[in-house]
Amino acid sequence: MSKKIKQKVMVAMSGGVDSSVAAALLKDQGYEVIGLTMCFNLPDAESGRPSCCGAQSIADAKRVADILGIRHYVLNFGKLLQERVISDFVKQYCRGLTPNPCVRCNELIKFEALLKKTLGLGMDYLATGHYARIVKSGAKFILKKAKDLKKDQSYFLYRLTQKKLTRILFPLGELNKNKVRDLARKFKLPVAEKKDSQEICFITGNYQEFLKNRIQGKFSPGTIVDKTGKVLGMHKGIPFYTIGQRDKLGIACGYPVYVAQIDRRRNIITVGKKEELLQNTFLVNDLIYPGSSLKKKTLLQVRIRHLSPEAAAWVKPVGEKLEVVFKKPCFAITPGQSAVFYKKDAVVGGGIIEEVLA
Amino acid sequence: MKTKSKILKVYLDHNATTPIHPEVKKTLMAAMEVFGNPSSLHSFGRDARKLVEDAREKAAAFINASPEEIIFVGSGSEANNTVINLFSCCGFRSCEVPSVGGQRIEIITTKIEHPCVLESTACLEEKGAKVRYIGVDLYGKVDIGQLKEVLSGSTGLVSVMTANNEIGTIQDIKKIAEIVHQKKGLFHTDAVQAVGKIPVNVKDLGVDYLSFSAHKIYGPKGIGALYVRKGAPFCPFIRGGHQEKGRRAGTENTLGIIGLGKAIELRAKEMDGEFKRLAGLKKRLKDGIQKNIPNISFNGHPTDSLPGTLNVSFDGAEGEAILLYLDMEGIAVSTGSACASGSLDPSHVLMATGIAQEKAHGSIRMSLGRDTTTKDIDYVVEKITKVIKRVREISSVSPGVKHG
Repeated sequence: MSKKIKQKVMVAMSGGVDSSVAAALLKDQGYEVIGLTMCFNLPDAESGRPSCCGAQSIADAKRVADILGIRHYVLNFGKLLQERVISDFVKQYCRGLTPNPCVRCNELIKFEALLKKTLGLGMDYLATGHYARIVKSGAKFILKKAKDLKKDQSYFLYRLTQKKLTRILFPLGELNKNKVRDLARKFKLPVAEKKDSQEICFITGNYQEFLKNRIQGKFSPGTIVDKTGKVLGMHKGIPFYTIGQRDKLGIACGYPVYVAQIDRRRNIITVGKKEELLQNTFLVNDLIYPGSSLKKKTLLQVRIRHLSPEAAAWVKPVGEKLEVVFKKPCFAITPGQSAVFYKKDAVVGGGIIEEVLA
Repeated sequence: MKTKSKILKVYLDHNATTPIHPEVKKTLMAAMEVFGNPSSLHSFGRDARKLVEDAREKAAAFINASPEEIIFVGSGSEANNTVINLFSCCGFRSCEVPSVGGQRIEIITTKIEHPCVLESTACLEEKGAKVRYIGVDLYGKVDIGQLKEVLSGSTGLVSVMTANNEIGTIQDIKKIAEIVHQKKGLFHTDAVQAVGKIPVNVKDLGVDYLSFSAHKIYGPKGIGALYVRKGAPFCPFIRGGHQEKGRRAGTENTLGIIGLGKAIELRAKEMDGEFKRLAGLKKRLKDGIQKNIPNISFNGHPTDSLPGTLNVSFDGAEGEAILLYLDMEGIAVSTGSACASGSLDPSHVLMATGIAQEKAHGSIRMSLGRDTTTKDIDYVVEKITKVIKRVREISSVSPGVKHG
């Protein structure tokens, strides 16, 4: 008498359409599904008032779980988000860098703290509504771009290690967004028409305001210069600027200028014409590879920000770091952002852009 | 392969709500035939009114009040809101509350009240009322010294709960009421967790207002009652009807009222025996936890406590994770911390007792009831021992933070 034991999946449910459909699909595929909403003590998206990470989102997730007939829990990760993501976000800006908190949250919160809790509960997998694919090839698991390239989120997920990939499911990887909404309607989920969230979850309004409230006294105004050192104006403090920024510079010199360099030590921001921001060589540190690491100089496709097209580059190990040389110059290579290397649609690895060399 | 022991379903969340007593259920089924509006003058109305007034007599007798001193309301929360909001009244028409807008505009309450009291007072504060919040000691007992200090000739109302829902601590209501009355203030107690669990006698306690509810004592949800001492000022919270002698508008919740009456009738029979039985079960649970699990502490008063309420802090474990793990084992408990209960902060009650925030986050409440058995308790002790070990293992490992 063999009764197949159902595999158990924890689905991280935000209350949005993607993770709701992910849960519905897994249930449909015969998994034992448990829903979990992570609560971050964030201000309510609509009112801006502090609330329990948007009571509405939790209510939506619960309602979806009830409709699907699955268990649902809420766990608080507010303190962890603060310690591991938000404080780092602020610190990086103070250093004149432009961090990517979503990458970090995936690495340290969702696919670390939550994954650990999930496995500790005796679950077999953690699933999310991310658009990416995990494909088994031999004994290895390969992280790949989503089928729907417009929604692809592999850039945010490159820090997942092989060990983690064996325990993660992305049920939406093969679907496009329209199909996901159709499925939501088919499953009669009340969130089928809900808007997509776009911005950084812990910031309501603009990030400059957010930073200002957290770094009182840790910045001072300085000069904005061109590459010859000529003073063009004043800046409000380097945390409020990012490479490639054109707006809100408060200077007029007859042609559009962009932030080209942020020098924290001298508290100087250098601006330049668009072509002055076209560069091709940079160093990447803090490397991570979902599969095996790069040993020799390789021609890969490199993406330096979410949803920007990849471009061909030679990637060469230099000690603990990598040197990346684009075949054609790219605009606004930004320290602090992630550089992710692809071979066709597979993620080879990635790291944090440390310094632009040329 | 893991050997799976049988999963029992154990409900240890009776302070949240209770299952309907089978006898109450029977009474309710029969009462469904009676559909008349108790205010109607015809026979249908009379039939309904008879049942409503029977229930009122039972409820009154149980707390040693007169029937006319009982007002049926929608919930314990409504009862509490009604009393606190007496003091937001601006004297519309025939308002009986003399203190409002006059000299006595100050309200005193405690830091461990139910949110329905604290949010009502907070709202009055915004409107300009002066509200003082009395602290408690580490067992959750109200600081009577502080109460005496802040009581004054301008104190209109003092509201102190009889027994706390989270930690079970029972206050010295009689003594507090006396102190308040010496200063000519009015005294209200939220007795939602007390009535039906411990003896409550309004005359002996000397309270002016007292709130209670049916669903905490095996009755239906959506029905509460407010005792208003004859002669105590009153002003309706929900206006516009003659029901409840003009003190609470809205067609009577006949079924709810009948259910409340029956639940109370049953409590009168069962409460004493159950008090002893639950106290024994709680001791068994407490001893079991203490014996099996290191680094724990019990919250609430060691003796002046509800017989079925046990609140424990487990160091190095989060309450919401414990709750989740226990639910997977079929055990229902509650935690005062964080999102599991829809609030942002660790339990205000536990924080008021002065325990560290981490301890408050790692606390769970187990509340026993008439269906709880020795077998349940032994099962819970066994499972909770394993669960705490597991939760502690998981939360102790911190991930390697790489960049930043």
